[in-house]
Amino acid sequence: MSEMSKIVRTITAVTFPFAMIYGLYVIAHGHLTPGGGFQGGAIVASACAMIMVAFGSKWTIDRIKEKRLSVLESVGAVAFIGLAFLGLIFGGVFFSNFIAGDDIASPLFDNAALGMSDINTAGVLPLMNFAVGLKVIAGLFAIVLVMAYATSSYKEGKK
Amino acid sequence: MERRNLAGAVFLSIIAVIFLFSALLMHPFGILDESEMDDYIIKNTQSETGADNGVTSVVFDYRGFDTLGEATVLFTAVAGVIMIFRRQKK
Repeated sequence: MSEMSKIVRTITAVTFPFAMIYGLYVIAHGHLTPGGGFQGGAIVASACAMIMVAFGSKWTIDRIKEKRLSVLESVGAVAFIGLAFLGLIFGGVFFSNFIAGDDIASPLFDNAALGMSDINTAGVLPLMNFAVGLKVIAGLFAIVLVMAYATSSYKEGKK
Repeated sequence: MERRNLAGAVFLSIIAVIFLFSALLMHPFGILDESEMDDYIIKNTQSETGADNGVTSVVFDYRGFDTLGEATVLFTAVAGVIMIFRRQKK
């Protein structure tokens, strides 16, 4: 996929931060507002795909290698499963929410009053949202990037 | 008509009758027979997990194991696509 015209590139560079911030907001507020790790990750990954469409897959793959992306995805998966096993160690049950709860008084990610949830409540839920969000961002963007680059290099090789 | 077509028509009409009966016997929309689990989750989500978004608390807390499977599906898909489309050595 070659790069598009200068108009498209400029507009993409202007709109990219807004899409990125919106996706990260959806991930970070996953336990408060509709959305979560999967949905916000899909938004961020589509913003990155927009960059790739506008600037060309070769330009993008010169800056981000798909190996780095798959490493990031594995980090997200390991963090997710690690949090689940921490629940097994500290809470007694796999995937138990060991930070939140009435009996545990922790300053961070503690339970707030009913209906007064804040960004730092809900225990492991925001952390799991971050882990899954990282996983979805890296995974979807790696898929799009690798497929676009493979098709373009295939065409170049045929010429 | 061929014998195969006849068999296909009989089979499809049996399926259609089954679907028709299951559609007629369906309970009305929006009224649940058993809602014990829903009531528990709606009532206790905020006090047990501290999250306002009930869906997230179900996905990551009450039914976390399901999300683990979902994440595994995504991982497998990404691994397969990267394996197929990886760059060849020149």
